[in-house]
Amino acid sequence: MANKVYDWLDERLGLSTIYSVTLDRKVPKVNWWFTLGSASLFLFIIQGVTGVFLAVYYVPSPDHAYDSIQYIMNGVAFGWLIRGIHHWGASLMVIFVFAHMLRTFFFGAYKFPRELTWVTGVVLLLATLGMGFTGYLLPWNQRAYWATTVGTEIAGTVPLIGPFITAALRGGTDLSGVTLARFFAVHIWFLPAVILGMIGVHIYMIIRLGIAGIPDKDD
Amino acid sequence: MAKSPHLSRNEFVKIVVGAVGTLIGSVIALPAVGYIVSPALAAIRGNSKDTWIPVGPLGNYPLGVPTLFSFTRTKINGWEKTTNSYGVFIYRKNEGETIAFSNICTHLSCRVNWNEERQQYLCPCHDAQFTIEGAVAGGPPPRPMDRYPTKVEDGTLFINFVEG
Repeated sequence: MANKVYDWLDERLGLSTIYSVTLDRKVPKVNWWFTLGSASLFLFIIQGVTGVFLAVYYVPSPDHAYDSIQYIMNGVAFGWLIRGIHHWGASLMVIFVFAHMLRTFFFGAYKFPRELTWVTGVVLLLATLGMGFTGYLLPWNQRAYWATTVGTEIAGTVPLIGPFITAALRGGTDLSGVTLARFFAVHIWFLPAVILGMIGVHIYMIIRLGIAGIPDKDD
Repeated sequence: MAKSPHLSRNEFVKIVVGAVGTLIGSVIALPAVGYIVSPALAAIRGNSKDTWIPVGPLGNYPLGVPTLFSFTRTKINGWEKTTNSYGVFIYRKNEGETIAFSNICTHLSCRVNWNEERQQYLCPCHDAQFTIEGAVAGGPPPRPMDRYPTKVEDGTLFINFVEG
């Protein structure tokens, strides 16, 4: 029965072709450092799923942000678990994406013909840091408030246009409900859209070109 | 190949993978479902308690004319205090008999109005009509208007309100 269903779907969707093209690729002999990309992807999926669940209860308004998170932590079944995974997953993702970048750099995997994989990877690293920066404000507690005050102030040290950048980030001169709303929008819409698109290109490049092996003495 | 009476290695692995997969899947899925339905479960578990609400001296309400009395109740939803307003039509049939109707339409919970001219409660949403005694006179409602139990103490009328 299951085979019949699979064959019916396969005939129409080409599932076995997808499988053979994406997963049955020849891979050079590599080591554990080459699993960091998959680990990053896994963490992104975890962050996406737990983030969608957090959005069920979280309210991005100065009046409700803190209380809605207290409710997630103490009132909702397993809320502590889902927020805890999102919290720790965020730190882990920054670490893994950064380590993935270091491995690519030190093994020279960014060289021809994989320059574009590297470029999209850089965008992904910056977007991941952006996720960290915007997500940090959302709990709307003292630490969040002052971290964002300092962060947006640092952006203001850019010559000439610094004050404008600070105001653009904050949505005004002060850190306010406007700041919270736009950080939330960037955190759940803008950056995830960028990251999804870039992951698509990044993985397409890996399927198309394969991964670079460990360089030997001649390289 | 003759079928062995014992599990083949292949079958054994399939069963174990299926069992472990189901276990891992449910460990992930159950908290996720619990997280989503948690407020509904709390609402069901929350023991509903009833209170007697004073709606003023009985003399305030004219005989034979349903008169609307409005009141508000607050309760905590999640982290937020929600204020709900309620309306009750006090209908004094005669000196001895008083009926308190909820103004919530039994069809789909819009609020009904008393229409003096037609001597009916009319619902603006789907044209439900109720008689002065709350019976369905026309339209889609599945049952008569809901009533609150009433009592009179020292000339003051009370209704028995059940908080959900």
